[in-house]
Amino acid sequence: MSYGRSVEVVETAENVRRITITVNGERRVVEVEPRLLLAHLMREGLGLTGTHFGCDTTNCGACTVLFDGEPIKSCTMLAVQADGHEVTSVEGLGTHSELDPVQEGFQAEHGLQCGFCTPGMMMASKALLNRNASPTEEDVRWALSGNLCRCTGYQNIVKAVLWAADKQRLSGPAAAGDTSSEEHVS
Amino acid sequence: MYPSKFGYEAPRSLDELSSLLNRYGDDAKILAGGQSLVPMMKLRFAAPEVLVDINGIPGLDYHREDPDGTLRVGALCRHVTLERSALLAAKHPLMAAAAPLIADPMVRSRGTMVGSICHSDPQGDWASVLLALGGHMVALGPRGRRTIAAGHFSLGPFQNALQPDEIALEAVIPAPTGQRSGTYLKLERRVGDFATAGVAMALETSDGRVVRAGIALTGVGPSNIAATEAAQALVGKPLSEESIEQAAQLAAAAAQPRGDHRGSAAFKRHVVATFIRRGLARGEAVAA
Ligand SMILES: Cc1cc2nc3c(=O)[nH]c(=O)nc-3n(C[C@H](O)[C@H](O)[C@H](O)COP(=O)(O)OP(=O)(O)OC[C@H]3O[C@@H](n4cnc5c(N)ncnc54)[C@H](O)[C@@H]3O)c2cc1C
Ligand code: FES
Ligand code: FES
Repeated sequence: MSYGRSVEVVETAENVRRITITVNGERRVVEVEPRLLLAHLMREGLGLTGTHFGCDTTNCGACTVLFDGEPIKSCTMLAVQADGHEVTSVEGLGTHSELDPVQEGFQAEHGLQCGFCTPGMMMASKALLNRNASPTEEDVRWALSGNLCRCTGYQNIVKAVLWAADKQRLSGPAAAGDTSSEEHVS
Repeated sequence: MYPSKFGYEAPRSLDELSSLLNRYGDDAKILAGGQSLVPMMKLRFAAPEVLVDINGIPGLDYHREDPDGTLRVGALCRHVTLERSALLAAKHPLMAAAAPLIADPMVRSRGTMVGSICHSDPQGDWASVLLALGGHMVALGPRGRRTIAAGHFSLGPFQNALQPDEIALEAVIPAPTGQRSGTYLKLERRVGDFATAGVAMALETSDGRVVRAGIALTGVGPSNIAATEAAQALVGKPLSEESIEQAAQLAAAAAQPRGDHRGSAAFKRHVVATFIRRGLARGEAVAA
Protein backbone atom coordinates (compact mmCIF):
# COMPACT_ATOMS: atom_id res chain seq x y z
CA MET A 1 0.00 0.00 0.00
CA SER A 2 1.32 3.42 -0.86
CA TYR A 3 0.75 6.41 1.32
CA GLY A 4 2.81 8.69 -0.85
CA ARG A 5 -0.07 10.46 -2.51
CA SER A 6 -1.69 11.25 0.77
CA VAL A 7 1.40 13.07 1.88
CA GLU A 8 1.37 15.14 -1.30
CA VAL A 9 -1.76 17.02 -0.35
CA VAL A 10 0.02 18.48 2.62
CA GLU A 11 1.22 21.97 1.81
CA THR A 12 3.86 22.45 4.45
CA ALA A 13 5.66 20.15 6.79
CA GLU A 14 4.74 22.23 9.82
CA ASN A 15 1.61 21.46 11.74
CA VAL A 16 1.14 18.08 10.09
CA ARG A 17 -0.70 15.28 11.88
CA ARG A 18 -0.37 11.58 11.33
CA ILE A 19 -3.77 9.93 11.50
CA THR A 20 -5.02 6.37 11.11
CA ILE A 21 -8.38 5.84 9.51
CA THR A 22 -10.19 2.82 8.17
CA VAL A 23 -11.40 3.63 4.68
CA ASN A 24 -13.70 1.11 3.03
CA GLY A 25 -12.43 -1.54 5.40
CA GLU A 26 -8.75 -0.82 4.82
CA ARG A 27 -6.54 0.76 7.46
CA ARG A 28 -4.77 3.84 6.11
CA VAL A 29 -2.12 5.95 7.76
CA VAL A 30 -1.96 9.45 6.30
CA GLU A 31 -0.41 12.76 7.16
CA VAL A 32 -2.70 15.74 7.01
CA GLU A 33 -2.71 19.41 7.76
CA PRO A 34 -5.53 20.15 10.25
CA ARG A 35 -7.38 22.35 7.79
CA LEU A 36 -7.62 19.60 5.19
CA LEU A 37 -11.26 18.60 4.72
CA LEU A 38 -12.21 14.94 4.77
CA ALA A 39 -13.60 15.24 1.22
CA HIS A 40 -10.20 16.51 0.00
CA LEU A 41 -8.42 13.67 1.75
CA MET A 42 -10.73 11.16 0.10
CA ARG A 43 -10.40 12.64 -3.39
CA GLU A 44 -6.88 13.98 -3.64
CA GLY A 45 -5.16 12.15 -0.81
CA LEU A 46 -6.58 8.69 -1.31
CA GLY A 47 -7.64 8.98 -4.96
CA LEU A 48 -11.22 8.02 -4.12
CA THR A 49 -12.93 10.45 -6.46
CA GLY A 50 -16.39 8.93 -6.04
CA THR A 51 -16.94 11.39 -3.23
CA HIS A 52 -18.01 14.56 -5.04
CA PHE A 53 -17.82 18.23 -4.20
CA GLY A 54 -21.09 19.83 -5.28
CA CYS A 55 -21.70 23.00 -3.35
CA ASP A 56 -18.77 22.98 -0.88
CA THR A 57 -21.13 24.84 1.48
CA THR A 58 -22.84 21.96 3.35
CA ASN A 59 -26.02 22.12 1.29
CA CYS A 60 -26.08 19.49 -1.44
CA GLY A 61 -24.98 16.16 0.05
CA ALA A 62 -22.87 15.11 -2.97
CA CYS A 63 -19.95 14.59 -0.57
CA THR A 64 -21.86 12.24 1.76
CA VAL A 65 -19.85 9.37 3.24
CA LEU A 66 -20.56 7.09 6.19
CA PHE A 67 -18.61 8.00 9.31
CA ASP A 68 -18.80 5.13 11.80
CA GLY A 69 -21.96 4.16 9.93
CA GLU A 70 -23.71 7.54 10.07
CA PRO A 71 -24.09 9.66 6.93
CA ILE A 72 -22.11 12.91 7.10
CA LYS A 73 -21.07 15.65 4.70
CA SER A 74 -17.35 15.15 4.17
CA CYS A 75 -16.93 18.76 3.00
CA THR A 76 -17.86 19.76 6.54
CA MET A 77 -15.53 17.59 8.56
CA LEU A 78 -11.80 17.98 9.00
CA ALA A 79 -9.80 14.95 7.90
CA VAL A 80 -7.90 15.03 11.18
CA GLN A 81 -11.20 14.38 12.98
CA ALA A 82 -11.42 10.99 11.29
CA ASP A 83 -8.41 9.75 13.25
CA GLY A 84 -9.34 6.36 14.71
CA HIS A 85 -12.68 6.24 12.86
CA GLU A 86 -14.22 4.32 9.96
CA VAL A 87 -15.16 6.00 6.71
CA THR A 88 -17.11 4.32 3.92
CA SER A 89 -17.38 5.95 0.51
CA VAL A 90 -19.23 4.85 -2.61
CA GLU A 91 -16.12 2.86 -3.63
CA GLY A 92 -16.72 0.69 -0.57
CA LEU A 93 -20.26 -0.27 -1.53
CA GLY A 94 -19.63 -2.95 -4.10
CA THR A 95 -17.06 -4.38 -6.47
CA HIS A 96 -17.08 -4.42 -10.26
CA SER A 97 -18.37 -7.98 -10.25
CA GLU A 98 -20.80 -7.60 -7.40
CA LEU A 99 -22.78 -4.43 -6.94
CA ASP A 100 -24.45 -3.43 -3.72
CA PRO A 101 -28.26 -3.69 -3.87
CA VAL A 102 -28.38 0.12 -3.69
CA GLN A 103 -26.21 0.37 -6.80
CA GLU A 104 -28.27 -2.27 -8.57
CA GLY A 105 -31.43 -0.38 -7.63
CA PHE A 106 -30.15 2.85 -9.18
CA GLN A 107 -29.37 0.92 -12.34
CA ALA A 108 -32.66 -0.97 -12.45
CA GLU A 109 -34.87 2.05 -11.75
CA HIS A 110 -32.86 4.65 -13.69
CA GLY A 111 -32.05 6.54 -10.50
CA LEU A 112 -29.46 8.75 -12.17
CA GLN A 113 -28.94 10.94 -15.17
CA CYS A 114 -25.71 12.94 -15.00
CA GLY A 115 -24.66 10.95 -11.94
CA PHE A 116 -23.15 13.82 -10.03
CA CYS A 117 -25.37 13.49 -6.97
CA THR A 118 -25.40 9.69 -7.15
CA PRO A 119 -22.56 8.72 -4.78
CA GLY A 120 -24.02 10.93 -2.06
CA MET A 121 -27.53 9.63 -2.73
CA MET A 122 -26.26 6.06 -2.49
CA MET A 123 -24.44 6.62 0.78
CA ALA A 124 -27.44 8.30 2.38
CA SER A 125 -29.60 5.42 1.10
CA LYS A 126 -27.18 2.85 2.46
CA ALA A 127 -27.29 4.51 5.87
CA LEU A 128 -31.07 4.29 5.81
CA LEU A 129 -31.16 0.62 4.79
CA ASN A 130 -28.61 -0.30 7.45
CA ARG A 131 -31.00 1.01 10.09
CA ASN A 132 -34.32 0.23 8.50
CA ALA A 133 -34.65 -2.82 6.25
CA SER A 134 -38.26 -2.01 5.27
CA PRO A 135 -38.49 1.72 4.68
CA THR A 136 -41.66 3.33 3.37
CA GLU A 137 -41.53 5.82 0.52
CA GLU A 138 -41.86 8.54 3.16
CA ASP A 139 -38.85 7.13 5.07
CA VAL A 140 -36.77 7.19 1.87
CA ARG A 141 -37.72 10.77 1.04
CA TRP A 142 -36.91 11.79 4.61
CA ALA A 143 -33.52 10.05 4.56
CA LEU A 144 -32.62 11.74 1.26
CA SER A 145 -33.87 15.18 2.25
CA GLY A 146 -30.31 16.51 2.54
CA ASN A 147 -29.28 15.34 -0.94
CA LEU A 148 -29.98 17.54 -3.94
CA CYS A 149 -30.35 16.31 -7.51
CA ARG A 150 -30.59 18.69 -10.47
CA CYS A 151 -31.62 16.05 -13.00
CA THR A 152 -33.95 13.27 -12.01
CA GLY A 153 -36.83 14.92 -10.17
CA TYR A 154 -36.13 12.39 -7.39
CA GLN A 155 -38.92 10.00 -8.37
CA ASN A 156 -36.65 7.31 -9.75
CA ILE A 157 -34.15 7.76 -6.95
CA VAL A 158 -36.85 6.95 -4.43
CA LYS A 159 -37.90 3.93 -6.51
CA ALA A 160 -34.28 2.80 -6.68
CA VAL A 161 -33.94 2.78 -2.92
CA LEU A 162 -37.22 0.92 -2.45
CA TRP A 163 -36.02 -1.57 -5.07
CA ALA A 164 -32.79 -2.03 -3.11
CA ALA A 165 -34.70 -2.54 0.12
CA ASP A 166 -36.80 -5.29 -1.48
CA LYS A 167 -33.75 -6.94 -2.98
CA GLN A 168 -31.84 -6.80 0.28
CA ARG A 169 -34.75 -8.23 2.24
CA LEU A 170 -35.34 -11.06 -0.19
CA SER A 171 -31.80 -12.12 -0.87
CA GLY A 172 -29.40 -10.27 1.36
CA PRO A 173 -27.78 -11.40 4.58
CA ALA A 174 -30.62 -9.69 6.38
CA ALA A 175 -33.16 -12.06 4.79
CA ALA A 176 -33.15 -14.18 7.91
CA GLY A 177 -34.91 -11.52 9.89
CA ASP A 178 -36.01 -7.95 9.85
CA THR A 179 -32.89 -6.32 11.20
CA SER A 180 -32.91 -2.88 12.59
CA SER A 181 -29.24 -3.41 13.33
CA GLU A 182 -27.18 -0.27 13.71
CA GLU A 183 -24.22 -2.17 12.33
CA HIS A 184 -22.41 -0.68 9.51
CA VAL A 185 -21.85 -2.84 6.50
CA SER A 186 -19.08 -1.83 4.19
CA MET B 1 -12.58 26.02 0.02
CA TYR B 2 -10.05 25.74 2.77
CA PRO B 3 -10.23 27.32 6.19
CA SER B 4 -7.25 29.52 6.98
CA LYS B 5 -4.51 27.86 8.99
CA PHE B 6 -5.08 27.01 12.60
CA GLY B 7 -3.55 24.97 15.37
CA TYR B 8 -5.50 21.85 16.27
CA GLU B 9 -5.91 20.39 19.73
CA ALA B 10 -7.96 17.34 20.62
CA PRO B 11 -8.13 17.04 24.41
CA ARG B 12 -9.09 13.68 25.89
CA SER B 13 -10.57 14.96 29.14
CA LEU B 14 -12.31 18.00 30.61
CA ASP B 15 -9.15 18.76 32.64
CA GLU B 16 -7.04 18.80 29.50
CA LEU B 17 -9.66 20.96 27.78
CA SER B 18 -9.69 23.38 30.66
CA SER B 19 -5.92 23.88 30.60
CA LEU B 20 -5.99 24.39 26.81
CA LEU B 21 -8.73 27.03 27.08
CA ASN B 22 -6.77 28.64 29.87
CA ARG B 23 -3.63 28.72 27.77
CA TYR B 24 -5.15 29.99 24.51
CA GLY B 25 -7.99 32.16 25.86
CA ASP B 26 -9.61 34.26 23.16
CA ASP B 27 -7.51 32.67 20.41
CA ALA B 28 -9.23 29.31 20.80
CA LYS B 29 -12.57 28.12 19.53
CA ILE B 30 -14.34 24.96 20.56
CA LEU B 31 -15.26 22.53 17.79
CA ALA B 32 -18.33 20.39 18.57
CA GLY B 33 -20.40 19.10 15.65
CA GLY B 34 -18.70 21.58 13.34
CA GLN B 35 -21.89 22.07 11.33
CA SER B 36 -21.87 25.82 11.85
CA LEU B 37 -18.22 26.46 12.64
CA VAL B 38 -16.60 24.55 9.76
CA PRO B 39 -18.76 26.24 7.08
CA MET B 40 -17.93 29.62 8.65
CA MET B 41 -14.22 28.80 8.68
CA LYS B 42 -14.36 27.72 5.05
CA LEU B 43 -15.98 31.03 4.13
CA ARG B 44 -13.37 32.76 6.34
CA PHE B 45 -16.08 34.35 8.45
CA ALA B 46 -14.28 32.67 11.32
CA ALA B 47 -10.53 32.21 11.55
CA PRO B 48 -9.60 30.96 15.01
CA GLU B 49 -5.90 30.61 15.83
CA VAL B 50 -6.54 27.33 17.58
CA LEU B 51 -9.36 24.86 17.21
CA VAL B 52 -10.07 22.80 20.31
CA ASP B 53 -11.94 19.70 19.16
CA ILE B 54 -14.00 18.28 22.04
CA ASN B 55 -15.19 15.21 20.14
CA GLY B 56 -12.57 12.98 21.79
CA ILE B 57 -13.71 13.77 25.33
CA PRO B 58 -15.61 10.74 26.60
CA GLY B 59 -18.89 10.95 28.45
CA LEU B 60 -20.39 14.11 26.92
CA ASP B 61 -22.83 12.51 24.50
CA TYR B 62 -25.56 11.82 27.05
CA HIS B 63 -29.13 12.92 27.39
CA ARG B 64 -30.66 11.63 30.59
CA GLU B 65 -33.12 12.36 33.33
CA ASP B 66 -32.26 12.87 36.98
CA PRO B 67 -34.51 10.96 39.41
CA ASP B 68 -36.56 14.15 39.88
CA GLY B 69 -37.23 14.43 36.13
CA THR B 70 -34.67 17.10 35.26
CA LEU B 71 -33.39 16.47 31.72
CA ARG B 72 -29.69 16.98 30.93
CA VAL B 73 -28.32 17.10 27.40
CA GLY B 74 -24.52 16.83 27.20
CA ALA B 75 -22.26 18.90 24.93
CA LEU B 76 -21.76 16.04 22.47
CA CYS B 77 -25.34 14.83 22.24
CA ARG B 78 -26.06 15.05 18.51
CA HIS B 79 -29.32 16.18 16.92
CA VAL B 80 -29.80 12.64 15.56
CA THR B 81 -29.63 11.09 19.04
CA LEU B 82 -32.42 13.39 20.19
CA GLU B 83 -34.38 12.66 17.01
CA ARG B 84 -34.25 8.91 17.77
CA SER B 85 -34.64 9.20 21.53
CA ALA B 86 -37.31 7.03 23.14
CA LEU B 87 -37.06 9.17 26.28
CA LEU B 88 -37.97 12.34 24.39
CA ALA B 89 -40.71 10.60 22.42
CA ALA B 90 -42.29 9.43 25.67
CA LYS B 91 -41.85 12.45 27.91
CA HIS B 92 -40.69 15.56 26.05
CA PRO B 93 -43.13 16.39 23.24
CA LEU B 94 -41.63 19.80 22.38
CA MET B 95 -38.09 18.46 22.12
CA ALA B 96 -39.20 15.39 20.20
CA ALA B 97 -41.05 17.62 17.71
CA ALA B 98 -38.09 19.96 17.21
CA ALA B 99 -35.26 17.44 16.76
CA PRO B 100 -36.22 16.10 13.31
CA LEU B 101 -36.84 19.64 12.03
CA ILE B 102 -33.22 20.72 12.50
CA ALA B 103 -31.33 20.89 9.21
CA ASP B 104 -31.04 17.63 7.23
CA PRO B 105 -30.03 14.06 8.15
CA MET B 106 -26.30 14.52 7.51
CA VAL B 107 -26.10 17.74 9.52
CA ARG B 108 -28.09 16.02 12.28
CA SER B 109 -25.54 13.18 12.39
CA ARG B 110 -22.88 15.61 13.61
CA GLY B 111 -24.45 18.80 14.96
CA THR B 112 -25.22 19.13 18.66
CA MET B 113 -28.00 20.83 20.62
CA VAL B 114 -25.52 22.52 22.94
CA GLY B 115 -23.36 23.71 20.00
CA SER B 116 -26.44 25.10 18.32
CA ILE B 117 -27.38 27.11 21.41
CA CYS B 118 -23.77 28.31 21.77
CA HIS B 119 -23.77 29.43 18.16
CA SER B 120 -26.59 31.90 18.99
CA ASP B 121 -27.89 32.06 15.46
CA PRO B 122 -31.30 33.79 15.67
CA GLN B 123 -32.47 31.15 13.19
CA GLY B 124 -31.40 28.32 15.50
CA ASP B 125 -34.28 26.14 16.67
CA TRP B 126 -32.90 24.67 19.92
CA ALA B 127 -32.51 28.02 21.67
CA SER B 128 -36.27 28.60 21.30
CA VAL B 129 -36.95 25.14 22.69
CA LEU B 130 -34.77 25.83 25.74
CA LEU B 131 -36.42 29.24 26.27
CA ALA B 132 -39.93 27.81 26.09
CA LEU B 133 -39.05 25.08 28.57
CA GLY B 134 -37.50 27.54 31.01
CA GLY B 135 -34.16 25.74 30.80
CA HIS B 136 -30.59 26.78 31.42
CA MET B 137 -27.03 26.09 30.32
CA VAL B 138 -24.29 24.83 32.60
CA ALA B 139 -20.91 26.42 31.92
CA LEU B 140 -17.67 24.89 33.16
CA GLY B 141 -14.56 26.99 33.62
CA PRO B 142 -11.52 27.42 35.85
CA ARG B 143 -13.76 28.85 38.58
CA GLY B 144 -16.00 25.81 38.45
CA ARG B 145 -19.54 25.45 37.20
CA ARG B 146 -22.15 28.14 36.81
CA THR B 147 -25.68 28.18 35.56
CA ILE B 148 -26.87 30.59 32.87
CA ALA B 149 -30.62 30.89 32.29
CA ALA B 150 -31.73 30.40 28.70
CA GLY B 151 -32.94 33.99 28.58
CA HIS B 152 -29.48 35.30 29.49
CA PHE B 153 -27.35 32.97 27.43
CA SER B 154 -27.55 34.63 24.04
CA LEU B 155 -26.26 38.19 23.94
CA GLY B 156 -27.25 38.78 20.33
CA PRO B 157 -26.54 37.25 16.95
CA PHE B 158 -23.57 34.84 17.25
CA GLN B 159 -22.68 36.05 20.74
CA ASN B 160 -23.14 34.14 23.97
CA ALA B 161 -22.51 34.72 27.64
CA LEU B 162 -19.61 32.24 27.97
CA GLN B 163 -16.14 33.42 28.95
CA PRO B 164 -13.32 32.40 26.59
CA ASP B 165 -12.10 29.83 29.12
CA GLU B 166 -15.53 28.29 29.63
CA ILE B 167 -17.24 25.41 27.86
CA ALA B 168 -20.98 24.85 27.78
CA LEU B 169 -21.15 21.47 29.46
CA GLU B 170 -24.85 20.74 29.15
CA ALA B 171 -28.30 22.12 28.49
CA VAL B 172 -30.76 21.49 31.33
CA ILE B 173 -34.54 21.31 31.24
CA PRO B 174 -36.21 21.48 34.66
CA ALA B 175 -38.62 18.80 35.83
CA PRO B 176 -42.26 19.55 35.00
CA THR B 177 -44.69 20.58 37.70
CA GLY B 178 -47.66 19.25 35.76
CA GLN B 179 -48.56 17.09 32.79
CA ARG B 180 -46.37 18.11 29.89
CA SER B 181 -47.62 18.93 26.40
CA GLY B 182 -46.36 21.10 23.59
CA THR B 183 -44.87 21.06 20.16
CA TYR B 184 -42.57 22.84 17.74
CA LEU B 185 -43.94 24.20 14.49
CA LYS B 186 -41.60 25.49 11.83
CA LEU B 187 -42.20 26.92 8.39
CA GLU B 188 -39.32 26.24 6.02
CA ARG B 189 -39.06 26.84 2.31
CA ARG B 190 -37.85 23.28 1.81
CA VAL B 191 -36.85 20.42 4.07
CA GLY B 192 -33.57 21.21 5.79
CA ASP B 193 -33.80 24.96 5.53
CA PHE B 194 -33.61 27.38 8.42
CA ALA B 195 -36.94 28.66 9.73
CA THR B 196 -38.96 31.34 7.98
CA ALA B 197 -40.66 31.34 11.36
CA GLY B 198 -40.68 28.77 14.15
CA VAL B 199 -42.69 28.58 17.35
CA ALA B 200 -41.83 26.50 20.42
CA MET B 201 -44.73 25.83 22.76
CA ALA B 202 -44.45 24.13 26.15
CA LEU B 203 -47.38 23.65 28.52
CA GLU B 204 -47.75 21.98 31.87
CA THR B 205 -51.24 21.26 33.10
CA SER B 206 -52.54 20.04 36.42
CA ASP B 207 -56.19 19.41 37.35
CA GLY B 208 -57.28 20.74 33.98
CA ARG B 209 -55.49 24.08 34.40
CA VAL B 210 -52.34 25.32 32.78
CA VAL B 211 -49.77 25.69 35.58
CA ARG B 212 -46.82 26.68 33.42
CA ALA B 213 -46.52 27.89 29.83
CA GLY B 214 -43.57 28.84 27.69
CA ILE B 215 -43.60 30.21 24.14
CA ALA B 216 -40.52 31.15 22.12
CA LEU B 217 -40.05 32.32 18.55
CA THR B 218 -37.38 31.44 15.98
CA GLY B 219 -36.28 33.48 12.98
CA VAL B 220 -38.43 36.53 13.68
CA GLY B 221 -35.99 38.80 15.49
CA PRO B 222 -32.33 39.54 16.18
CA SER B 223 -32.33 36.58 18.55
CA ASN B 224 -34.74 33.90 19.69
CA ILE B 225 -37.62 35.65 21.45
CA ALA B 226 -39.32 34.49 24.63
CA ALA B 227 -42.96 35.56 24.19
CA THR B 228 -43.52 35.86 27.92
CA GLU B 229 -46.79 37.77 27.85
CA ALA B 230 -48.28 35.37 25.36
CA ALA B 231 -47.35 32.45 27.60
CA GLN B 232 -48.67 34.21 30.69
CA ALA B 233 -52.07 34.62 29.03
CA LEU B 234 -52.47 30.84 29.20
CA VAL B 235 -51.55 30.27 32.83
CA GLY B 236 -53.94 29.72 35.74
CA LYS B 237 -56.90 28.54 33.69
CA PRO B 238 -57.94 25.72 31.43
CA LEU B 239 -56.81 26.02 27.84
CA SER B 240 -59.63 27.70 25.90
CA GLU B 241 -60.23 29.19 22.51
CA GLU B 242 -60.14 32.65 24.06
CA SER B 243 -56.83 32.18 25.85
CA ILE B 244 -55.27 30.60 22.78
CA GLU B 245 -56.41 33.52 20.62
CA GLN B 246 -55.02 35.96 23.15
CA ALA B 247 -51.69 34.15 23.17
CA ALA B 248 -51.63 34.11 19.35
CA GLN B 249 -52.11 37.88 19.20
CA LEU B 250 -49.56 38.58 21.91
CA ALA B 251 -46.96 36.30 20.32
CA ALA B 252 -47.43 37.95 16.94
CA ALA B 253 -46.93 41.32 18.66
CA ALA B 254 -43.78 40.07 20.40
CA ALA B 255 -42.23 39.01 17.09
CA GLN B 256 -39.80 41.48 15.51
CA PRO B 257 -39.59 40.07 12.00
CA ARG B 258 -37.88 41.70 9.06
CA GLY B 259 -38.96 41.17 5.50
CA ASP B 260 -36.45 39.16 3.47
CA HIS B 261 -36.28 36.47 0.79
CA ARG B 262 -38.22 34.16 3.10
CA GLY B 263 -41.22 36.48 3.35
CA SER B 264 -42.49 39.88 4.46
CA ALA B 265 -42.62 40.97 8.09
CA ALA B 266 -46.43 40.89 8.04
CA PHE B 267 -46.43 37.35 6.64
CA LYS B 268 -44.05 36.13 9.34
CA ARG B 269 -46.19 37.66 12.09
CA HIS B 270 -49.20 35.95 10.59
CA VAL B 271 -47.38 32.63 10.60
CA VAL B 272 -46.49 33.05 14.29
CA ALA B 273 -50.14 33.63 15.25
CA THR B 274 -51.31 30.73 13.09
CA PHE B 275 -48.74 28.38 14.61
CA ILE B 276 -49.84 29.28 18.14
CA ARG B 277 -53.47 28.53 17.27
CA ARG B 278 -52.55 25.25 15.60
CA GLY B 279 -49.99 24.12 18.11
CA LEU B 280 -52.07 24.82 21.19
CA ALA B 281 -55.27 23.46 19.73
CA ARG B 282 -53.24 20.33 19.18
CA GLY B 283 -51.84 20.65 22.71
CA GLU B 284 -54.03 18.00 24.27
CA ALA B 285 -53.28 15.54 21.50
CA VAL B 286 -49.52 15.77 21.88
CA ALA B 287 -49.50 15.54 25.68
CA ALA B 288 -46.81 13.15 26.88
C1 LIG C 1 -27.19 23.04 5.75
C2 LIG C 1 -27.42 23.39 7.18
C3 LIG C 1 -28.71 23.55 7.64
C4 LIG C 1 -28.95 23.87 8.97
N1 LIG C 1 -30.24 24.02 9.38
C5 LIG C 1 -30.50 24.29 10.67
C6 LIG C 1 -31.83 24.43 11.13
O1 LIG C 1 -32.79 24.27 10.38
N2 LIG C 1 -32.03 24.74 12.44
C7 LIG C 1 -31.00 24.89 13.32
O2 LIG C 1 -31.24 25.15 14.49
N3 LIG C 1 -29.72 24.73 12.93
C8 LIG C 1 -29.45 24.45 11.62
N4 LIG C 1 -28.15 24.31 11.23
C9 LIG C 1 -27.07 24.46 12.21
C10 LIG C 1 -26.80 23.16 12.93
O3 LIG C 1 -27.87 22.87 13.80
C11 LIG C 1 -25.50 23.16 13.77
O4 LIG C 1 -25.29 21.83 14.16
C12 LIG C 1 -25.52 23.98 15.02
O5 LIG C 1 -25.88 25.32 14.77
C13 LIG C 1 -24.15 24.05 15.67
O6 LIG C 1 -23.89 22.90 16.41
P1 LIG C 1 -22.50 22.17 16.25
O7 LIG C 1 -22.44 21.14 17.31
O8 LIG C 1 -22.37 21.72 14.86
O9 LIG C 1 -21.48 23.34 16.64
P2 LIG C 1 -20.13 23.85 15.99
O10 LIG C 1 -20.32 24.21 14.57
O11 LIG C 1 -19.03 22.93 16.33
O12 LIG C 1 -19.94 25.18 16.87
C14 LIG C 1 -20.77 26.32 16.71
C15 LIG C 1 -20.30 27.42 17.65
O13 LIG C 1 -20.57 27.09 19.01
C16 LIG C 1 -19.37 26.97 19.76
N5 LIG C 1 -19.52 25.78 20.61
C17 LIG C 1 -19.99 24.56 20.22
N6 LIG C 1 -20.09 23.74 21.27
C18 LIG C 1 -19.68 24.45 22.34
C19 LIG C 1 -19.59 24.14 23.74
N7 LIG C 1 -19.93 22.94 24.22
N8 LIG C 1 -19.13 25.10 24.58
C20 LIG C 1 -18.79 26.34 24.11
N9 LIG C 1 -18.87 26.68 22.80
C21 LIG C 1 -19.32 25.75 21.93
C22 LIG C 1 -18.26 26.85 18.74
O14 LIG C 1 -17.04 27.36 19.23
C23 LIG C 1 -18.79 27.67 17.58
O15 LIG C 1 -18.58 29.03 17.82
C24 LIG C 1 -27.87 24.00 9.88
C25 LIG C 1 -26.57 23.81 9.44
C26 LIG C 1 -26.34 23.51 8.10
C27 LIG C 1 -24.93 23.33 7.64
S1 FES D 1 -20.24 19.39 -1.28
FE1 FES D 1 -20.61 18.83 0.76
S2 FES D 1 -22.70 19.28 0.98
FE2 FES D 1 -22.32 19.97 -1.04
S1 FES E 1 -28.39 12.75 -11.60
FE1 FES E 1 -27.61 14.70 -12.11
S2 FES E 1 -27.60 15.70 -10.18
FE2 FES E 1 -28.66 13.90 -9.76
